[in-house]
Amino acid sequence: MKTCKDVEILCTKAQYNEATLLEKIQLKLHMLLCKTCKTFVKKNTKLTSLCSQAKIKTLPVEEKEKMKQTLRSKS
Amino acid sequence: MTKQILNPDTWVDSYSDYLFNYAVTRVNDSEIAKDLVQETFFAGLKSAKNFKGEAAERTWLISILKRKVIDHYRKINSKKAKSVIRITKNDNSDTDSNFLEEQVADPTSLLENSKMENEELGIAIQECIAKLPKKHALAFTLKTINGLSTEEVCKELEINPSNLWVIIHRARTALMECLNNNWFKI
Repeated sequence: MKTCKDVEILCTKAQYNEATLLEKIQLKLHMLLCKTCKTFVKKNTKLTSLCSQAKIKTLPVEEKEKMKQTLRSKS
Repeated sequence: MTKQILNPDTWVDSYSDYLFNYAVTRVNDSEIAKDLVQETFFAGLKSAKNFKGEAAERTWLISILKRKVIDHYRKINSKKAKSVIRITKNDNSDTDSNFLEEQVADPTSLLENSKMENEELGIAIQECIAKLPKKHALAFTLKTINGLSTEEVCKELEINPSNLWVIIHRARTALMECLNNNWFKI
């Protein structure tokens, strides 16, 4: 039997669609038995949807490198 | 309050995403936003000696960026010829008349609200990310926001996948807590 901590990590993995079938089954089984983890999964899913909803934009890594170089040359 | 000091070497890593996101929601163009962030860093370097250490580095940089955004709008609006009223014709309407009444925004529409809310949400998330330990923040951003694969993130951070998942899990738990306090109950 997996501990709650293991299951929480499985849940995080599942948020990125990277959990294996076995892991998904373990997660679901545990959720049936454990209320705390069930709430955790709910919150975690909400976080995923919030992050995609916010459409946060970031600078690509190359751009950052370029910026660093120009900054260095100026300082 | 402890006196803040500037570390220009870490600016790009620590603040560029935050500043970029701030700028891009205001100018609506990632190229312009990128230039504004760059200019902000330059201006920051130039006036570093004026930094009194009263505000946090990030707050100080943001205040420079704010000025840059205002300057940007001044510049594009200074050309007199451009100050004509532009009306975008509503292409979806079936009628081909040009009545202004038809161009009025739908007062019952909630779309604009949600756009504004999403921008605020983006800022709230970024603020929470900024509070995470550096490595956690980087792992989370790379994985969630840039959408890199596990393999790529592991290579970038030089850790193994199970380590990465623990880090991401901790970052997410902290984020949930932070958003819970600063945004709304999730």
